[in-house]
Amino acid sequence: MKSSDASRLTLILLFTPFALWIILLIILPQIGIGWLSLREKIGPREYTFGFGNYLDFFHEPIYWNTLLRTAWISVLVTVLALFIGFPVAWYIARIARRRSRAALFLMCLIPLWVSDLVRAFGWILLLRETGLVSGALQWIGFTSGPVELLYNDITVVIGMVYTVVLFMIVPLVSTLDGMDNALLEAGYNLGGSRFTVFRRIVVPYAMPGIVAGCIITFMLAAGSYLTPILLGGKNSMWFTEQIYDQYVTRSNWESGATFGVLLLVFTSAVVWLGLRLTGQSLASTVAKE
Amino acid sequence: MHDLECVNLTRVFGRHTAVNDVSFTVPRGSFFSILGPSGCGKTTLMRMIAGFETPDKGDIRIKGASVLQVPPNRRSVKMVFQHLALFPMMNIGENIAYGLKCRGESRSEIARKVADVLARIGLPGVAEKQVSQLSGGQKQRIAIARCMVLDPDVLLLDEPLGALDLKLREQMKIELKLLQHQFSTTFLYITHDQSEALVMSDNVAVMNAGRFEQIGTPKELYNAPRTGFVAGFVGDTNRWAGKVIAISGQSTRVALEAGPEITATAGTAGLTPGSRAEVFIRPETLSLSPVAGANQFTGSVDSLLFNGANSRILLRSGERLIEIAQGVMDATTAVARGDQVSAWVRPAHALVFPAQMAG
Repeated sequence: MKSSDASRLTLILLFTPFALWIILLIILPQIGIGWLSLREKIGPREYTFGFGNYLDFFHEPIYWNTLLRTAWISVLVTVLALFIGFPVAWYIARIARRRSRAALFLMCLIPLWVSDLVRAFGWILLLRETGLVSGALQWIGFTSGPVELLYNDITVVIGMVYTVVLFMIVPLVSTLDGMDNALLEAGYNLGGSRFTVFRRIVVPYAMPGIVAGCIITFMLAAGSYLTPILLGGKNSMWFTEQIYDQYVTRSNWESGATFGVLLLVFTSAVVWLGLRLTGQSLASTVAKE
Repeated sequence: MHDLECVNLTRVFGRHTAVNDVSFTVPRGSFFSILGPSGCGKTTLMRMIAGFETPDKGDIRIKGASVLQVPPNRRSVKMVFQHLALFPMMNIGENIAYGLKCRGESRSEIARKVADVLARIGLPGVAEKQVSQLSGGQKQRIAIARCMVLDPDVLLLDEPLGALDLKLREQMKIELKLLQHQFSTTFLYITHDQSEALVMSDNVAVMNAGRFEQIGTPKELYNAPRTGFVAGFVGDTNRWAGKVIAISGQSTRVALEAGPEITATAGTAGLTPGSRAEVFIRPETLSLSPVAGANQFTGSVDSLLFNGANSRILLRSGERLIEIAQGVMDATTAVARGDQVSAWVRPAHALVFPAQMAG
């Protein structure tokens, strides 16, 4: 066998699982959902094709309001995760010693060993009416009766920031890690204040990491289901909840598929807008290295 | 008038004294180099002047005023970093304009100054280029321009030629000197490369283990070193251990280990008969033709090392290998491998220093 044949065989063998995964688990289901979303039910086992499902979505304010609300809370979660994650990433990448860096990274990863569900229940234990925080507030005399801290937007945002912040920290650490200290010193030496150095040197340098982290956290937040439902309650008005409702509660697969397509298109549009505004591309951020 | 004055500067890291009681002054507009092996504390010294390190003792004065309380971004000392540290997220023009913007100068003023400095360093019209589009030597000049556009009192250069290849380095040495003349700013240059220091500097300080061994013009350091370290570190030299036998004025009789007794010149006071000493003889001071009153070494030619104008004859004399400079090495060279020859050196060219404890 010629060596070029061997290398081609290797390539095919390596590529096949990836291709199967992409085609069977991503492309085919998406085509299926797209097809389903265009199918309208006019009678039992009677269907026609058109954009009726999409028109329904736009005619019902509760649907698109939920989508907008989901998007805006996800943006808020992303921004908060960035503000919380940046100092943490800065500490891990630039201030911590080489040896403690691995330990710090590990500490960030530990929450991931526990499932989303268990983590959400952890928050519930803390924040419910009979939970730890409520009890502590009563004990110090801050409130006279038990307080319910669950089932509001603030709790949902806190819970979601907690679940996604790691995905902000990791790309930030990897970009900040590569920055030469001399760049910062040159920034000061040439007369820059702390703020100038941060704005003109650190942020532009870290921009690929910032954008990558923001894309990942935004997508995770907008597509999350457990945290908003468990911490926000039945009325959390989260778009994934609407999709679940359509599929499971109402058995309206066509409508559920439409919502699925709309969520994908809408979040992609937000990411695209973010990339355009920051002048980055997918290749320079998420696909880096 | 001195642009830069350091007084008894000391910096200690844990138990290691990086800079130990260093004092020097740099006259206005001169090119001052600090030459030393790596780890001698020269980078720490420079970082203290730039304000990135705080001295434990001593004072730094720029134009007569102490700057110890001045933060690094307010000192009129600009620095060219070892790897230049040009900002990759800005183009060349923005890199140069950065400091001016920090100072809050007007847009038109900035544009004029950037164009002006680019013309002065001989790179007009590169303002729109990206850093990665320039060659090593061009980046070098941009890094200097970025500092010079701010009119600093002192420009610090931290081994900026280290990353360049040999040919370019030779070229940049001359260019740096010309730039310094052109801007007539005080340059403080740090290097471990003696030829950079000797070629460019008005004054050189040789630094070793946190201290200044000697400050002088390149010629003084080369021809009249005051310590054994300077004699050994600056320039090539033959270095032999021996013992002092007798001293009369400058003239010193030294018995070399496993070698003849020679007459040499004391490089420093403090030699006593019977003390251990080292003799330093530069290759170019050894002559293959007889010199009256000179020390004579006899041996056989071990090998001829060709290196253009810096070629060497290696003469084996007993256990000792003597390096002799040979400016022209071609068919006219009188000696060949295996020849028995003698080499002569004047007592004035053989310097004696007390033996160093280590090294």
